[in-house]
Formats: sequence, C-alpha cells, structure tokens
Amino acid sequence: MTKLDAKIPEGSLAEKWTKYQSSVPLVNPANKRSLEIVIVGSGLAGASAAASLAELGYKVKVFCFQDSPRRAHSIAAQGGINAAKNYQNDGDSVYRLFYDTIKGGDYRAREANVHRLAEVSGNIIDQCVAQGVPFAREYGGLLSNRSFGGTQVQRTFYAAGQTGQQLLLGAYSALQRQVGMGNVKMYTRHEMLDVVTIDGKARGIIARDSVTGALERHFGHAVLLCTGGYGNVFYLSTNAMGSNVTAAWKANKKGAFFANPCYTQIHPTCIPVSGDHQSKLTLMSESLRNDGRIWVPKKENDNRKANEIPEDERDYYLERRYPAFGNLVPRDIASRAAKERCDAGYGVGASKMAVYLDYAAAIIRYGKGEANKHNMHNPSDEEIQAMGKAVVKEKYGNLFDMYKQITGEDPYEVPMRIYPAVHYTMGGLWVDYNLMTTIPGLYALGEANFSDHGANRLGASALMQGLADGYFVIPYTIGNYLASEIRTPAMSTDSEPFVTAEKEVRDRLETLMNIKGSKPVDYFHKRLGKIMWDECGMARSAEGLKASIKEIQALQKEFWSDVKIPGEIDNLNPELEKAGRVADFLELGELMCIDALDRNESCGGHFRTEYQTEDGEALRDDENYAYVAAWENKGNGKFELHKEELKYENIKIAQRSYK
Amino acid sequence: MEGHLNLTLKIWRQKNANVAGKFETYQVSGISTDMSFLEMIDVLNNRLIEVGDDPVAFDHDCREGICGMCSMYINGRPHGPNRGVTTCQLHMRSFQDGETITVEPWRASAFPVIKDLVVNRSAFDRIIAAGGFVSVNTGNAQDANNLPIPKDDADEAFAAAACIGCGACVAACKNASAMLFTSAKISQLALLPQGKVEAAKRAEAMVAQMDEEGFGACSNTGACEAECPKGISLENIARMNREYFSATFSSK
Repeated sequence: MTKLDAKIPEGSLAEKWTKYQSSVPLVNPANKRSLEIVIVGSGLAGASAAASLAELGYKVKVFCFQDSPRRAHSIAAQGGINAAKNYQNDGDSVYRLFYDTIKGGDYRAREANVHRLAEVSGNIIDQCVAQGVPFAREYGGLLSNRSFGGTQVQRTFYAAGQTGQQLLLGAYSALQRQVGMGNVKMYTRHEMLDVVTIDGKARGIIARDSVTGALERHFGHAVLLCTGGYGNVFYLSTNAMGSNVTAAWKANKKGAFFANPCYTQIHPTCIPVSGDHQSKLTLMSESLRNDGRIWVPKKENDNRKANEIPEDERDYYLERRYPAFGNLVPRDIASRAAKERCDAGYGVGASKMAVYLDYAAAIIRYGKGEANKHNMHNPSDEEIQAMGKAVVKEKYGNLFDMYKQITGEDPYEVPMRIYPAVHYTMGGLWVDYNLMTTIPGLYALGEANFSDHGANRLGASALMQGLADGYFVIPYTIGNYLASEIRTPAMSTDSEPFVTAEKEVRDRLETLMNIKGSKPVDYFHKRLGKIMWDECGMARSAEGLKASIKEIQALQKEFWSDVKIPGEIDNLNPELEKAGRVADFLELGELMCIDALDRNESCGGHFRTEYQTEDGEALRDDENYAYVAAWENKGNGKFELHKEELKYENIKIAQRSYK
Repeated sequence: MEGHLNLTLKIWRQKNANVAGKFETYQVSGISTDMSFLEMIDVLNNRLIEVGDDPVAFDHDCREGICGMCSMYINGRPHGPNRGVTTCQLHMRSFQDGETITVEPWRASAFPVIKDLVVNRSAFDRIIAAGGFVSVNTGNAQDANNLPIPKDDADEAFAAAACIGCGACVAACKNASAMLFTSAKISQLALLPQGKVEAAKRAEAMVAQMDEEGFGACSNTGACEAECPKGISLENIARMNREYFSATFSSK
C-alpha cells in the first residue's frame, strides 16, 4: 500500500489546483523541442492532449488503430458535456458540479481530482467555441443548455444529438493543425502492442502497422495512454467494434496497476439484441425516459402484441417500485429493475429479453395539451393523436427514426422495446493526481484511467473528463515529470529493452497464428461476453463470480489451443488484430470477477446480490470498502490488491434513495 | 417481422495495393432481415474462416452511423440503396430473397485500395491539416458567451459540420471529386466569426491540397449530395467557390 501515493497537493480543496499550477516545475521552450511524447489513442483525451502538448513545443507522435484519428469512439457520444458555467443563473457552481459528480459516483471517487475537473470544465467550453465547435444556441446568440440525470441545474452544453462528434472534430482539427505544422507525427492503422520500460520508466512502445504487419519501435520520454474503456469485454456493448483494452492491459502487465475494474456502467435504454448475429448495441438517449412509460405484461410469458394487452394487465414496474422517481430513477436502478422482470419471465419481444418503453400516454397528453392551446373543445381521437405525435416528433424525432431504422418497427404506433446494455467503464489504469500510472513516465487519460467517476458516471461527464485531461491537466502535470528529464537524450530503439519487447510481441503474434485451431475469434469472444454479462453484469454474487473465474480460466486455455486465425501475419489481418484483443479481454474478464468478488458491498454500477436492503436497493459499506482497489499483475493470472483509501474531507457521505 | 434471405454476393477481392483484384461470388443463406449489412458480412466471414478461406477485409467501427469508417459500394451506390444511412445502418430487410448483391470498395484514384473493400482515405486528413481548423492554441480562449452567434448561422455551421468524412461523396462522383467534403469544412468555419479571420487562407490552402491529392473537378451533377449519408448540402460547394474566388482574387 505504500506504493500508492496519489500525490494530492496540500492546501484546501479549492486551492490545490491553482497552487499546483503556479508551483509545478516548468520546462523551457528549448528543452521542450528535444523532449518526445508518445500518445496512444486519438479520441477526446488523446487528440486534445496531442494538440496542446505540440502547441507547447514538445515533439509528439500519435497512434490510432483506425484509418483516421477522427474515427475514435468519442465521436459517438450523443447527449452533451457538463460545465459549471452557471450561464442559466440557476445556482450552479464549481462546488455543485464537484458535489454532484462525487455523489453520482456513489462516493467512490477521489475528491481532489473531481474538484479539479469541475474547475477546468468552464475552460473546455471556451476552448471548444474558439475552435468553431457549433454548439446549440438560443436566438440571442448565446449558448443553450439542457439538464441531465443526477443534477438539479442546467449545465449540459450540446450539439443536437452529436455532441461527441462535434467535440472530437474540434480536437481533431487542432491535432491536424499540428500535424500540418510538422509538430505531430500521426500513425494511423497502427496498434500499440506493448509498452517499453527502461530502468523502470516508460520509454516507448512497440506498435504494429496493420497494413504491412511490420512491428515498429517508438521512443518517447513519456507515454500517454488515451485508449478508452473496456466495455467490449462483454462482447455486446455500445462501444465501437474496435474499442479494446489491449494498451491498458499491456501496461498492467508491465507494472501499471489497474483500478476498480468491476465498475461498469450499464445503460438502461438500448435497443435489444435481435439475434445471435448481433454485433453491437445502440443506445437510445436517456432523455426518452422523460416522457415514456416503462412496462411489461402482468402475465408471465405473455405472447400477445403490446397493443392487445389491456391497461389493467400491464405492470409499470418502475412507477410501482419507485413512486417518487418513477421512470426517472438513475441508470443503475432502472437497468437492474428491467433485468429482474425479464429474468422472472415477464420480458417481451421474440427474445423475451426486453421491456416496453411506451409513448402512447405521452402522445395523448401532448395531443390534449395542443388542443387546449388551440382552443379546440371537442377534438377527435384522430386529431389528438396527430397533434400529440407532432409534438413527440419535434422532441425525439431523430431517436424515433433511428429506432425504426434498426428494428423495422414504428415507435409512434407500437411501444419501443428496450433493454440495458454495457455503455461505459469507470474503472481503468490507476493514476495519481498527475494522471501518472504506477510506471513513471506512463500516463493514462480519459476513460482509460479510473479517476473521476467513482462507481457510477453521470451523463455528459465523460466528454468533460476526456477534454479536461487532455487540454487542461496533462499540459501542466507532464512538466512535473519532464522537467527532470531534460538531460535524458532521445534513446536509440536498438537497445536491449526495445529489442526484447519487440521479440515478445512477435512471438505472441506467431503463437496466435500457429494455433490453427477450429474456432474463429468471435466464438470465444461471445462466450466470454456471456459469462461476463450473466455473472459480472448488472447483478453479481460471490458464488457466480467464483464459478465464472474458473470458467474464464478454462476458456483462456481453450482459446490458446483452439482459435483459428486465417490470413497472413504480414498483411492487413483484422482477425489477427481481434485475436490479440480478445486474448487480453479474457485476462481482464478474470480480473473483473476477482475485483467484484473482493468488493463485498454494492455501490454504483457494482451490485452484489448479497448486499442489498430488504427492498432490493444497493447497500454500500463505507467502513470497509471506501477504497480504490488497484490491482498489480504478478503474471500467470495472479493479481495483488493495493488499496488507496478515499478520504472525504469536504463532503458528507450519505446513502442514495429514490423511493 | 424477421424473415430469412438467401443471397448471392459478388465481392471485390484484392490481396493488397500491388496486385490486381477481381470479383468473387459467394452464396449466403439464412440471412436474418434484422441483420445489418455488416453483420451479414460477419456471417459470411465466419463461414469463410471455417472453410479455411481468407475473410473479406472491410472498414467499420462504431456501427451506429457516426464514425464514418464503413465504406462499401453496394449495387452501384455508396452505402447501398437507402438514402441518409451508412452501410452499418443498412439492414437486410432492404433486400429481397434470391437477390444478387455486388459489393465494391470506394473507387477513386485518391483512395487507393489497401485490401478487398478497405481503401486509404488519408487524403482527407491531409486536406484538413492544410487548413480545416481555427488557429487557436489551448488556453487562448475568451469566455464562450462573449461571442454571440446568430442561431441560424450556428445551425447552418452545424449542418455542414455533421460530415462524417466517409468519402461517399467521392465514391458517388463520376469525377471522384472531394468538393463536398472540403466545402463542408470550409463552410462550417466561414459561417462562424471564429473562422472568418483566416477564411481566405483556409480556402486557398484546402483547395490546393484537394487538387494535389488527385481528386477530380466538380461538374455540378449533385450525386455527392444525393448519396451523402448525412445530407450535406450542395450549397456548401457554392459557398466554397465564393470563398475560394474571393480569396484568389485578393491574393497577394
């Protein structure tokens, strides 16, 4: 435990970051020119860090596995980005954003990091607007805000339902500007396959050029992993197909602790699985729960169509169980309640693994409201329907269209079918206040680290954190390390550690190719996903987790003896890339179960069935589990737990209730 | 309701950039109408792997229509027969049982084939690097609300900024022109006060880079707009031309 020093600056919470900024060692411009930084990943965190560090004068190399840095999965974020601007004069402040984030995280995040995040949140909006990000605006020309779950103020900035896209394109344009100026060298279609450490410090990476299969050695005085989350360990998630844990996992194997791996966010409103062919899941914005009513039939295994089930035979289970919050309970609670009904045999649709999200009542309510507005005293049912549908279209039209496109069903006529899906991972590489992992010189930014969201992330906070880390935190904190590296010349990549690391990567690729088994990679990934979803998903139990660990270990063995990878090692080979990622997921999945088993409490996205109140709510154990679980990889499937105690000096810990 | 299709696929196979490619014909059966087009290719690929053949390489990532990575030319149209969707959003219920479907990569000399259906679109990144940005370093920004922007301008800029950089416009164009892509970025920034300062320089630099990459000229056919999955308007090209001509007219 002595190894885990979070390096939180002294002083009062509100002054820590300011004082840190004015006292952190600086690197002079001439020295910056000879310091090289390797950045892996080009999403919000990676692109913003790369642009900002290159502007400062550092020599930067950026790697992404996609064909362009603009494809990173930050692009798919829909809802918005939080910032404590208080433009709405509704009482927002840095402290409130800080408080909401800690509370939303179920009191499992680090106070100092979260406060810094809230402090820089306003700068992010300023920076993005200056870049030309077209946020939604009011007619007066000023920025528009909306509200999101878990808060009582309007602090979310947005660009239609494509906020992530616009923010990423802003960061991408800043990155491409530096590429054009020669300050950043961009490596697309490159996948990082190992971190190289020399004398205990991160000094570079081994990357594979996906097109030629060539392995490359790249030196850096520091290495930044901005590689996103690991939700694809579940096979099906809202993540992109290529999202993976490989970079973070290789770092874990080289000595970077992996923190809170069991904290995963399952989003309640996604389009359900339609069959075995399903390759990914699509999120339907949380905003739909504002007007929709969620229900299942009261009769078990009811095969009637939704519209044939009369009102008194429907179970609006969220309204029944949570009368105060009804359909607007937080994500984790809504997700678990849907699972409970489906497991009990009340699910709907062909798979029976879905619940209805019904707009019929909202359409009538809005229709009658419109009739009132237009002084229609005896509107016909048809008129009410038409006017109601028009209002719903105005508010949610793009989401309804998307639903129809994917399912072939018209949600204006029949209730939507939804089911929870894996969406975000709060866990990640352990980092200190500087965003440095337990390997000196190796940093983790954005979703790849564990730092700011505790056990549950609030909506519109992921974009905020990615950009905070890249634009406003790392440009300062990296100086703290590089100031002492100015005498380190760029190292030759012919040295033994680089050669050995490359050889290990090559051996592993050759081993994979030579297995020549009988099952494609997807076969193993799907099986892993099913184990994780069933036993380490929305509800976990000691018994189930113990069994899963054994099952995953057996699956690892089966994978390494029976996977079949076609094609060549020295050509574009998507199956080989996938195999490497799934091999890492198989190890991570085991660690997630180990972590979930260790945490004998329920908090945020982690729900242990043994630890719940009489009425089925999560039961936290602050006395024994108010710590970050950071896992050291000891090799051969052995992990050692290190704890970082979480101290709350500015917030009083309380139980969440939504009844 | 879910149905099942038997299909004949004619797919472009090319081992790498240096060898000639050709069409191969495959039969797939029992394809659910609920599958996306890419999931149908997944099914084909797993069958190819089972019999020891090399699966079809294709670009894809988010599978929800926003990353811009998928890029198939299906039955003579980029992203297939439906308007306003990417290939990953195209579902098999749009096809008939027994149909023959032809799948090709984007065809443009500025997008060389890497393998099978995978092409190199890095020319787009270089066009952005030439000027598709506002020259503002991190930390230089004033308060966001110090710069009111008329809602209509902001909305129009957003509509142009919605481009996903997939390259369907180039693939659809008989001249393989990149005018729609380039003009969308030039428009977005020309419509906003933040971008006005360097608008002239931007238009000149981006157009020059576009030409250097080997994209063709625009002959106002409008196929790009018709095939764009995000509905990027042809008006952007008109705006780019205005920006470009006024820039070159006053160029020193």
